[in-house]
Amino acid sequence: MYRTPEGKDIFVVDGHTHFWDGSPENQKNIHGKQFIDCFYAYHTGLSPKEQLWEKGKFEKYSADDLYRDLFIDGPDDVAIVQSTYLKDFYKNGFNTIERNAEVAKRYPERFIVNGAFDPRDGEKALEYIHFLKETYNVKGVKMYTAEWNGASKGWKLTDPDAYKCFELCEKLGIKNIHVHKGPTIIPLSKDAFDVHDVDHAATDFQGLNWIIEHCGLPRLDDFCWIATQETNVYGGLAVALPFIHSRPRYFGEVIGELLFWIGPEKILFGSDYAIWTPRWLVEKFWAYQIPQDIAAERGVQLTDEIKEKILGLNAARLYNIDIEAKKKALASSPFSIAAE
Amino acid sequence: MATASVSDSRERELWRRLGEVNDPELDEPITEMGFVERADIIGDGGVEIDFRLPTYWCSPNFAFLMLDGVRKALDQLSWSPAYRVRLHDHMFAEEVNRGIEEGKTFGDIFAGLAGDEDIGALRETFSMKAFKRRQEAVLLNLRRQGLTDREILGMDLAAYDVARLGPGDAAKQKATYRAALVERFPARRQGDPLFVTWEGQAIPPMGLDAYLADLRAVRINMEFNGALCRGLKQTRYKELEVIDGEPTLVDFIMDRVPERSAPAT
Repeated sequence: MYRTPEGKDIFVVDGHTHFWDGSPENQKNIHGKQFIDCFYAYHTGLSPKEQLWEKGKFEKYSADDLYRDLFIDGPDDVAIVQSTYLKDFYKNGFNTIERNAEVAKRYPERFIVNGAFDPRDGEKALEYIHFLKETYNVKGVKMYTAEWNGASKGWKLTDPDAYKCFELCEKLGIKNIHVHKGPTIIPLSKDAFDVHDVDHAATDFQGLNWIIEHCGLPRLDDFCWIATQETNVYGGLAVALPFIHSRPRYFGEVIGELLFWIGPEKILFGSDYAIWTPRWLVEKFWAYQIPQDIAAERGVQLTDEIKEKILGLNAARLYNIDIEAKKKALASSPFSIAAE
Repeated sequence: MATASVSDSRERELWRRLGEVNDPELDEPITEMGFVERADIIGDGGVEIDFRLPTYWCSPNFAFLMLDGVRKALDQLSWSPAYRVRLHDHMFAEEVNRGIEEGKTFGDIFAGLAGDEDIGALRETFSMKAFKRRQEAVLLNLRRQGLTDREILGMDLAAYDVARLGPGDAAKQKATYRAALVERFPARRQGDPLFVTWEGQAIPPMGLDAYLADLRAVRINMEFNGALCRGLKQTRYKELEVIDGEPTLVDFIMDRVPERSAPAT
């Protein structure tokens, strides 16, 4: 729960968190080292100085670090932990569902654990989706289309194998498909995280919610266009939000575009923990106003009501969280007591 | 003395040429982004370049485009030196370095990996984005100068060349937009309109707001990459940031401060 300076309590769902092991002991090869180094560069490049972590802690933090940063020092009521396997880079995977489920087990009411699968595994992927449902009762999955798999350096949401997987997800009620569409990195294709495949997949699978992490940046215009056409496409603010500190005016332009095109109901807060911690992000977001000229040009405002939607109400709707019931359940949790 | 001045002027020429190579995705000179880690002229006039991008994962086609640009820049040097360009710490460094040395195309280097990669179309996309971003800067500047939309859109190239666009980056923006316009429309004459769309259409004064919104979207995307790349590069290159003469917390975390001067914790 985030308590505003005015004393209002805001329900916070952190739509994008991780519990990874990027330590040298777990790295399989140079790619594993470079992957966590890149994350660390994001962390040091966009965090306020007083929020910086040492490299060793960043590579592998403890479950207690996570509980504290999200729920005790941090304002999260519920955290969605995403799974990213990267087994070509890490011996035991980067953050597998086993690892995530383990950290969630101690405080189940606080976590939503999402799975992941790789459509390129064919039949095995379908079996694995059944396994995810039966074992963890997942309500969402994280798709990482740039992941390597043997000779393949990436895939598209519109691949026939991917469609078979989404059909199964829809049938099993795994409704929330989080898709990483972010900064231009691997693989080789000219636009590694091109967002156009979202358009087709979202049209063909109306029963699924497509949450595009990082809002497709740096292809914000394409993303906005698609999300405006497709009622079931949402934008996750992870990576865009930290600019609120280093380049607040730029953040104003991004959020201004999002509000203008896709509206306040379809934007989701996410810290991308442990790249960034939620406390400073939420505090700065609550205090933030879009610069006047940008707000006037786009005719949008970031009101308290809209902020509340972005911080929790929108995600609660996607994941069927009954907020009043959840508040009651959390009131007696050890974190609420520790935070008093 | 003579030798020293020759090497000085060659060095200036080298950096000037390198400064003409842009990161295609950001439309910023690679020298300003700090991607050229080292550019040395060795004893026999030969040139050695060390090149490093913000992350190991930067798209290899962008790396190729920049290194190809570097190769072309070096080919224009007045003393026609032998040169060696090395890309460091990149996931495809070996492939790219070997290919660049052998003068291969992107398709040749990544045959079998790159699929239907069309580097020509990619170049064109980047030229369009640069055109739009540069055009937006000039349009907004002229509006700030107090010109009406009708006056702005009525300008021709001749009027532009004598116009003063104000302080700061304005002079540079003026020149870069002119360059992009002439590159796109080589037959442009002095009496032709200064502002047209990438497709060559006139922009009606009534439609300028909507048109600017489109340009803004292009800039927002490019700035995202630019800001991210700068942040990542700074961390990767471990540049020392000193505030009031004291190392900051970042320096301690990045292990840039000698042990004995670290504070007790």
